[in-house]
Amino acid sequence: MSVLVIVEQRAGGLNRMSLETLAGGAKVADGMGVALEAAVLGHDVAEVAETVAAFGPAKTYTVEHELLREYTPDGFTKALEQLIRAKQPAVVLFPHTYQVRDFAPKLATRFGRALVSDAVDIKMDGGHPRFVRQLFQGKLNADVSSNAGGAEFVSLQAGAFRAAEASGAKGEVEAFRVELEARDIRTKPEAPFREAQRSVDLSSADMIVSVGRGIKEKENLPLVEALADALGAELAASRPICDNGWLPMERQVGSSGQTVAPKVYFAVGISGAIQHLVGMKGAKTVVAINSDENAPIFEVADYGIVGDLFQVVPALTAAIKKAKA
Amino acid sequence: MKIIVSVKQVPARDSNLRVASGGKWLDDSDLSYEINEPDAFALEEALQLKDAQGGEVVVVCAGPERAGSTIREALAKGADRGIHLVLPEDAVLDALSTARLLRHAVKNEAPDLILTGLQSDDLGYGQTGVVLAELLGYAHATIIMQVEVLDGALRVKRELEDGWFQYVTLPMPAVLAIQSGIKKLRYATLMGIKRAKMKPVETILAASLGLELGRAAIERVYLPARSKQSQILTGAPEQVAAQLVEKLKFEARVL
Ligand SMILES: Cc1cc2nc3c(=O)[nH]c(=O)nc-3n(C[C@H](O)[C@H](O)[C@H](O)COP(=O)(O)OP(=O)(O)OC[C@H]3O[C@@H](n4cnc5c(N)ncnc54)[C@H](O)[C@@H]3O)c2cc1C
Ligand SMILES: Nc1ncnc2c1ncn2[C@@H]1O[C@H](COP(=O)(O)O)[C@@H](O)[C@H]1O
Repeated sequence: MSVLVIVEQRAGGLNRMSLETLAGGAKVADGMGVALEAAVLGHDVAEVAETVAAFGPAKTYTVEHELLREYTPDGFTKALEQLIRAKQPAVVLFPHTYQVRDFAPKLATRFGRALVSDAVDIKMDGGHPRFVRQLFQGKLNADVSSNAGGAEFVSLQAGAFRAAEASGAKGEVEAFRVELEARDIRTKPEAPFREAQRSVDLSSADMIVSVGRGIKEKENLPLVEALADALGAELAASRPICDNGWLPMERQVGSSGQTVAPKVYFAVGISGAIQHLVGMKGAKTVVAINSDENAPIFEVADYGIVGDLFQVVPALTAAIKKAKA
Repeated sequence: MKIIVSVKQVPARDSNLRVASGGKWLDDSDLSYEINEPDAFALEEALQLKDAQGGEVVVVCAGPERAGSTIREALAKGADRGIHLVLPEDAVLDALSTARLLRHAVKNEAPDLILTGLQSDDLGYGQTGVVLAELLGYAHATIIMQVEVLDGALRVKRELEDGWFQYVTLPMPAVLAIQSGIKKLRYATLMGIKRAKMKPVETILAASLGLELGRAAIERVYLPARSKQSQILTGAPEQVAAQLVEKLKFEARVL
């Protein structure tokens, strides 16, 4: 019995969410009184595995194969299926990355289980884990029980745990051999790329005014532009605004857009879905203006104004102009 | 090309969400409902593929009686027919169970392509399409921003994190989980709404299928706690604006 953390590496680098997941895994393993183990998949992962071994797991498996050089859902699922059948972990934990979203539900299905996806917390209760998930894009939380019987598959949201720190002790690294054949793999991935060079670099902006769907129509954008101008701030947006073509994609903040860390971030008419929050959590000061007092954005705001942005924003623009005059 | 689109009916986005007295789900007495937003994009992609390639678009939905209106809406936009897997009013399923239901509805259809939304706005599993692909033995790809039909295969653009993308080629039949924003959405025309009334919708009672359906293992639903000490400013707009400017100047020192 163990808790097995599936670590994500890209070109030999570990991502932060994997370290957070190792921390979550340590909590569950401690609570259950079982060992924490980890696995790294890829082509040449011995070095990453050595790094992982310093972050808490008693054992780290390397799962290496030429056919795992590039991520494919078929390859990763088949390889992990073999590892999990051999090692019989009680809980399998993943970071909830875009890659994990793509294959973990498939893997869990092979074991007749439903993945507990995107958990924000794990509570231990008499040796049993209970998972916390968000519903309605973060407006509500739900405690989800672990429905005993076989391995539990769980993915953890970004920021659910503070990243594990390297401990003095180093765990064992062990190779696990998997059998894969070229015909198992149906998708052919091409090299990842970025769209044309970004002309705005929001990551270095000191002040950002970011607008969400609360603005209702493109015609209303000058309202927030005026606020940004008064502050000397960059204008940014949540995804739906860019999806609608109201502002260019390069102004999108969030998991699929830019990650920003300004001194002050104004979230105007933005609900605060996790995919948006991960892009702006690094802001020093967050101001939220939203008509819904329960909007999740208030959970991360330093200053909140519960109100109609169509009234609050012009008043704020005027007050800032006055203060600067 | 035969395309199946899965659509879910969810509480409308601006709903006032209240936890039901049992504490396990919502009080649905004053909720209104709409199509799950990513599914509207999946439907749009399907309709545009049909416009370009010819063929048929079938929408499939698992939900209570009321979800029939979402199927009609999809038919009004141009889908050809619907399959409604009728669930009890209070059914809250896990992703594996929903996928099992959808599989039952589509297994005799032999589609070339199944499009799902990326994620449901209510339960937010982000899984149903991937599980369905596995149950059917189809290839799949997720977070799709573009679909190109090749001979017996698809070349799709996947979104990765931080503004990265990737093209992937996969054989048909396939399941694609469509990301919001893939295309501009159409509105239903009056003519479309009229025609929709004539289009066939097959209803299947989920309970009659003898499938193993698991309820989502939700023990308690509640408002999340605030992680940061937020100061909520109150008053007339001019007052809160003035307060905020003071705070930003002297407390946060960012102005
Ligand atoms: C894989 C994936 C990746 C994603 N990537 C991103 C990303 O990079 N960036 C991103 O932003 N999103 C991303 N999303 C989408 C994300 O989940 C949310 O859907 C999105 O952030 C919501 O945008 P919003 O807050 O503007 O809109 P909504 O959620 O619709 O919120 C609008 C808000 O405006 C408020 N409001 C309405 N009227 C007023 C008014 N008059 N005055 C004041 N407030 C008002 C409402 O109360 C509500 O809180 C992603 C989703 C997925 C599944
Ligand atoms: N009850 C349902 N009926 C039809 N389609 C569904 C249902 N539940 C989920 N789906 C589809 O699966 C996608 C992902 O949902 P989820 O896994 O719940 O996030 C949705 O966007 C829908 O396309």
